[in-house]
Amino acid sequence: MPTTLTAFADVTTSDSALRRFLHGLPGVDAVGLEARAAALGTRSIKTTAKAYAIDLAISMIDLTTLEGADTPGKVRALAAKAVHPDPTDRTTPMTAAVCVYPDMVATAKAALGGADVKVASVATAFPAGRAALPVKLADTRDAVAAGADEIDMVIDRGAFLAGRYLETYELIKAVKEACVRPDGTSARLKVIFETGELSTYDNIRRASWIGMLAGADFIKTSTGKVGVNATPANTLLMLEAVRDFKAQTGIQVGVKPAGGIRTTKDAIKFLVLVNETVGEDWLTNEWFRFGASSLLNDLLMQRQKLSTGRYSGPDYVTVD
Amino acid sequence: MSESSTRLNVFKTYKLYVGGKFPRSESGRVYEVTDPKGKWLANAPLSSRKDARDAVVAARKAFGGWSGATAYNRGQVLYRVAEMLEGRREQFVREVAEAEGLSKSKAGAVVDAAIDRWVWYAGWTDKIGQVVGGANPVAGPFFNLSTPEPTGVVAVVAPQESSFLGLVSVIAPVIATGNTAVVIASEKAPLPALSLGEVLATSDLPGGVVNILSGKASEMGPHLAAHMDVNAIDLAGADAALAQELEIAAADNLKRVLRPQPVDDWAADPGTRRMTAFLETKTVWHPTGSLGASGSSY
Amino acid sequence: MASLFEYAPAPESRSVVDIAPSYGLFIDGEFTDAADGKVFKTVSPSSEEVLAEVAQAGAADVDRAVKAARKAFEKWSALPGSERAKYLFRIARIIQERSRELAVLETLDNGKPIKETRDADLPLVAAHFFYYAGWADKLDHAGYGANPRPLGVAGQVIPWNFPLLMLAWKIAPALATGNTVVLKPAETTPLSALFFADICRQAGLPKGVVNIVPGYGDAGAELVAHPDVNKVAFTGSTAVGKAIARQVAGSGKKVTLELGGKGANIVFDDAPIDQAVEGIVGGIFFNQGQVCCAGSRLLVQESIHDELLDSLKRRLSTLRLGDPLDKNTDIGAINSAEQLARITALAETGEAEGAERWSPACELPSAGYWFAPTLFTNVTQAHTVARDEIFGPVLSVLTFRTPDEAVAKANNSQYGLSAGIWTEKGSRILAVANKLRAGVVWANTFNKFDPTSPFGGYKESGFGREGGRHGLEAYLDV
Repeated sequence: MPTTLTAFADVTTSDSALRRFLHGLPGVDAVGLEARAAALGTRSIKTTAKAYAIDLAISMIDLTTLEGADTPGKVRALAAKAVHPDPTDRTTPMTAAVCVYPDMVATAKAALGGADVKVASVATAFPAGRAALPVKLADTRDAVAAGADEIDMVIDRGAFLAGRYLETYELIKAVKEACVRPDGTSARLKVIFETGELSTYDNIRRASWIGMLAGADFIKTSTGKVGVNATPANTLLMLEAVRDFKAQTGIQVGVKPAGGIRTTKDAIKFLVLVNETVGEDWLTNEWFRFGASSLLNDLLMQRQKLSTGRYSGPDYVTVD
Repeated sequence: MSESSTRLNVFKTYKLYVGGKFPRSESGRVYEVTDPKGKWLANAPLSSRKDARDAVVAARKAFGGWSGATAYNRGQVLYRVAEMLEGRREQFVREVAEAEGLSKSKAGAVVDAAIDRWVWYAGWTDKIGQVVGGANPVAGPFFNLSTPEPTGVVAVVAPQESSFLGLVSVIAPVIATGNTAVVIASEKAPLPALSLGEVLATSDLPGGVVNILSGKASEMGPHLAAHMDVNAIDLAGADAALAQELEIAAADNLKRVLRPQPVDDWAADPGTRRMTAFLETKTVWHPTGSLGASGSSY
Repeated sequence: MASLFEYAPAPESRSVVDIAPSYGLFIDGEFTDAADGKVFKTVSPSSEEVLAEVAQAGAADVDRAVKAARKAFEKWSALPGSERAKYLFRIARIIQERSRELAVLETLDNGKPIKETRDADLPLVAAHFFYYAGWADKLDHAGYGANPRPLGVAGQVIPWNFPLLMLAWKIAPALATGNTVVLKPAETTPLSALFFADICRQAGLPKGVVNIVPGYGDAGAELVAHPDVNKVAFTGSTAVGKAIARQVAGSGKKVTLELGGKGANIVFDDAPIDQAVEGIVGGIFFNQGQVCCAGSRLLVQESIHDELLDSLKRRLSTLRLGDPLDKNTDIGAINSAEQLARITALAETGEAEGAERWSPACELPSAGYWFAPTLFTNVTQAHTVARDEIFGPVLSVLTFRTPDEAVAKANNSQYGLSAGIWTEKGSRILAVANKLRAGVVWANTFNKFDPTSPFGGYKESGFGREGGRHGLEAYLDV
């Protein structure tokens, strides 16, 4: 299998070439896509599979706080929760990462100590992405310099919707370059499309391809800051995109639904989507993440239920 | 005109109407047609099963174009038939009077009704689709539309008694909706039917849309009823025994069968039944999605 | 390869349904033995377990049922439509209340996955009764003239692929229009019809309005031939449909037939490919392909053949075949040993004629009747598997180059029930849909059903329509 983008080199040479390529991708029928996502949502996950799924989901969480009111104290609490999600049960896996604003990266890094929990930082004038390119790049470099392991950037939805696909592509490429550390290693780049603003499934498929061609390590649905965030359908569509991209280039790209996933039932539905669309290559936190905060406590309560046989309650998980 | 007139009438050789042409029977056979009192009127072709077979080929060939024509166009053509008939009214009054033993005035009323029947069906071509088709409010994100479509090639056993109004009343509804027809005319009174072929040929009706055969329904009927490229059969002019025989044969390819029904008065409002009997309902589904309800929706 | 995320078994509980060891015929409001005392066994196709013993109707029983229906007709047809409507609404509601029980029962008796009986069959059954309930007092406005009259006693013979749904398609419009009914369910799936008899009792339906006579083909033939039956409705094979058409000739009985099909699912190179793959899979593997309108012929544009086949094979590899009661099962059991033998024989013919056979790796249970999802590629119009209805999970893949060729191949069949079109180009959908000689055309979707949407075929797929306003005509003297 090839692991190269050379086959697509011509695609990104001009705006018109990129447009022709993106508009030549297969269309998406909304009703069919949503029906498929809903059908997979009826999978019934029981017993051992459920226990496995809950632990897997916990390990895939980018535990997130992205508030104007964030303080070092709040970030430290979040970091503690990421390392020990359930203080009463040390077998509980750690989350994949904590996700914070760039100015909180150092705090988060310090709070996590040596724990194997990544620090992800939003960047590029998150969430609106309305800033000049140098500002976005500086934002990214700051976060990387502060120790961010991962960068969650936003695309310029305005440029995309105005049809300036090449500009969108070049922004991602530039940010990807800004992720490189002095030692030559690189923060992993997640590209947020804000699918709720792209509005159509065809746009989501096109944005996914722009992101993947530009070198995204992950493609991510949403900022969590608009009305419609991750849905089973838009996540299924992005999974199909990474599946097709790997088939054609050999390059694996991760997927991160973010925003609106609050319950264990929801999370398991997403894992079923992953399992049935791209398979177990993606069933690891290296390639699939949940951008979420309240989801974790629901997973923990379900986990307690499975181990004790009793239903748990909110007083038996930590409030952060 | 007095018997002593010195000029001898020119007789017409009555011929079949198949594929827009006027052939004799391939069999070379004819039979004597008389008026109800037994007076010789003409020799009509005694069509064979091969004539019927040729007519089916012609009707099938014409089906694509005729069913694909716009309903407006079909209406124009049917109206043109009425116009042409009006111009030859006197001829048909005479032929109907002779064929059915009617007075001139009664025959005139029959011909008038037949002309009006063409006008009636001319108006139906672009309305039947709205009356029997339409959107179906399915419980899901789908646009769903049912439309009537012509069944295909329809074999018609024309009424035996009402040789002209009855004939028109069974042909017009079949072709109004886009079917093509192979018609077996009234066995004992085929002449108005054969003359109708001449009218149809000059009415912008594409050749093969209507094919008219004279002869015995009992001879041709079984072959048409069993023919695998005929889609439907109208048994209007078949007696009970023949109707049953033909309906059994029609099952070979599951033809749509319109059984003979008693008709007291061919001039009465015919309703839509004769049209719907030779219509298929096609239902097409397509997803609709919604605009913006779920953020990413189409 | 065992997946990291192997779903544990998730069986639906059998305890919601209580199957008695034996069942009688349902005639004139009572369960009764067959006159000659004959019984037959109905088995679960997924395990070959005997579910119950059922009285087997013979000529005398059919006659008794028709007499009961005739007796009930006078009062039933004279009831105000609004009253008939309320009985049907009651039935619809009771079906909703008992839908889980009926779904489990249907899955046990038929072998289809619980996912389908729960999410497709039962909701559609209830919806069908609701829909026709509403027509009962509005027949004057249905477009068939003022005060259209019922025909009398309807003799109805239904197949085993959607036992309860086909019952609903037959009984709901018949009762709404004021007819009474004698219905013969298929011999391999009699149970849901007998449970429906119980629902009629719960609803207080007058005796004799619905009669259920389980039995074999001979009982169906007796019913069709009975001189006091006014209307024959049959869903099943084209061969039997033709026999019925011959049998009723000259009798004056009104007939509607829903018969076989060989649906073409046409995929153009600009199709929404992921949804097309789902539509192809649903089109042929829904209910193990035992669906008259199945998309059993895939017509794929040559330019995307390889790409589509790769996607299709990858997708088929994720299908889960097994215990029909497991909520995660996609492919259940074939309904009977006889049907399995037929599918097996036709698939062997496909191979013998040179078509290339492929199935995903798939372990078949040792007991019961099973057939792995199967693709045939390199199929041409001349292959048996491209012409004969297989009525099983077997898809024949053919190619085309132009829309004209696609239409010509799609229509090149004795059947004309269903077809599918996949393309993003609206005008092409309309042009192709217009040319297809099929009663139901699904564009960018497949296998969708709704009580408001008329269903039925062209050509040898039968005549008459079920569903919608159109479906009333079959039961009215118009």
